[in-house]
Amino acid sequence: MKEVLTKRIIPCLDVKEGRVVKGVKFVNLRDAGDPVELAAVYDREGADELVFLDITASYEKRGIMVDVARRTAEEVFFPYTVGGGIRTMEDIRNLLSAGADKVSLNTAAVKNPQIVREASKKFGSQCIVVAIDAKRVQGSRFKVQGEENLGLPTPNSQLPTLKWEVYINGGRTPTGLDAVEWARKVESLGAGEILLTSMDMDGTKNGYDIALTRAVSSAINMPVIASGGAGKLEHFLEVIVEANADAVLAASLFHYGELTIREVKEYLRDHGISVRL
Amino acid sequence: MIVIVDYGMGNLRSVQKGFEKVGYEAFITSDPEVIRKSSGVVLPGVGAFADAMHNLRASGLGDAVLEILSQSKPFLGICLGLQLLFTESEEDGLHKGLGIIKGRVLRLPTEVKVPHMGWNRIKKVCEAPILQGISDGSYFYFVHSYYVDPKDSDIVCTTTEYGIEFTSSIWKDNIFAVQFHPEKSSKLGLKILKNFGGMVYAHLPRS
Repeated sequence: MKEVLTKRIIPCLDVKEGRVVKGVKFVNLRDAGDPVELAAVYDREGADELVFLDITASYEKRGIMVDVARRTAEEVFFPYTVGGGIRTMEDIRNLLSAGADKVSLNTAAVKNPQIVREASKKFGSQCIVVAIDAKRVQGSRFKVQGEENLGLPTPNSQLPTLKWEVYINGGRTPTGLDAVEWARKVESLGAGEILLTSMDMDGTKNGYDIALTRAVSSAINMPVIASGGAGKLEHFLEVIVEANADAVLAASLFHYGELTIREVKEYLRDHGISVRL
Repeated sequence: MIVIVDYGMGNLRSVQKGFEKVGYEAFITSDPEVIRKSSGVVLPGVGAFADAMHNLRASGLGDAVLEILSQSKPFLGICLGLQLLFTESEEDGLHKGLGIIKGRVLRLPTEVKVPHMGWNRIKKVCEAPILQGISDGSYFYFVHSYYVDPKDSDIVCTTTEYGIEFTSSIWKDNIFAVQFHPEKSSKLGLKILKNFGGMVYAHLPRS
């Protein structure tokens, strides 16, 4: 397939009860905890999209995120996604009508895959992202339902196949699902995009999980956003070139000003990658 | 007064807030009379072509929009609001559009991922007032699966490449329409809304 769209650079903000956590260290901010003001900063800096990850613990307080989405739509004029804690069709409708361009489903999709089908039918595939938190299964091979039909090596094979397991509830609960199979499944249900986070690499700054990203992006036809592990410029290039990621997400790297969106874009452009500058 | 036509197809607040951001008040309305009295009309919209036409007809909003189009009041179509101007669309069977612009709405080719979603470049074919201050090769945000194929190539304002080279905006007299989303295209998108606002107010008779 011909690559025609630019690769997207996406900062992610963790929001708790309407406030940004993991402090953002930009200068000249009126309120470093205000998600809307930070979204506007990233828009000015040339981010292609933004992800808000709602980490509010109590379900009752989740309405606050709808308000954040609404205020963002009033101030910021580029695409943004809201994820975290979305459970029902009503939650999705509320966020989209508040002005979010996409919602990202994680735990809800695993617990009730039909919500992916229903939501993509109702609101369009383009606004339904499935977030997958994946962790490498160490040592032994990972048993997957129906695996014998996939033509994989037998369990006695000398070379263990790399496998990743899907976790939910903010990475606390293993599901027994194979990440690549799960990505295929949600594609068949109508999801429009995968936000793929490597739990092994997240926070390490040692680079994205290339093998994971490649395994998922080559198994499906929809865009994959690589997440978890970005620490330097080379990591962005690597996951785009070697794993065919359509977009790259990073959080603290941008928030702490270690790299700017523009630096990443210029680096990618200088290495022959098409970006919006 | 700029009005944004609300015919039940998608979220219109971003468009309204975009106009506010660049200094123009815009009103969202589903009242055909308000549209008739306006000095400039914006027809946004996302969703299925057939549903959109059904809603426009059933509500009487389609007739009001047609009246505006036949006068010389500035009109801005966005995304589905561009496609609806055409004779017909191939989306989910063949459906008649408003028929103001001759041509058909076609499915993007299968060699590329559909929907076409993301930032893509425009190639300027003409110097329309709506594109004032926007340079050739600028990026705009697209989300669509169908594109317009006008019969009259003179109305093509910009083209964009995605599997094929398609018409990404048109200009005919008082009618401007874009396939991309100015309200989601950051600074340059707002510039388009600003240009449109300027035209609406330049067009008003001096009191």
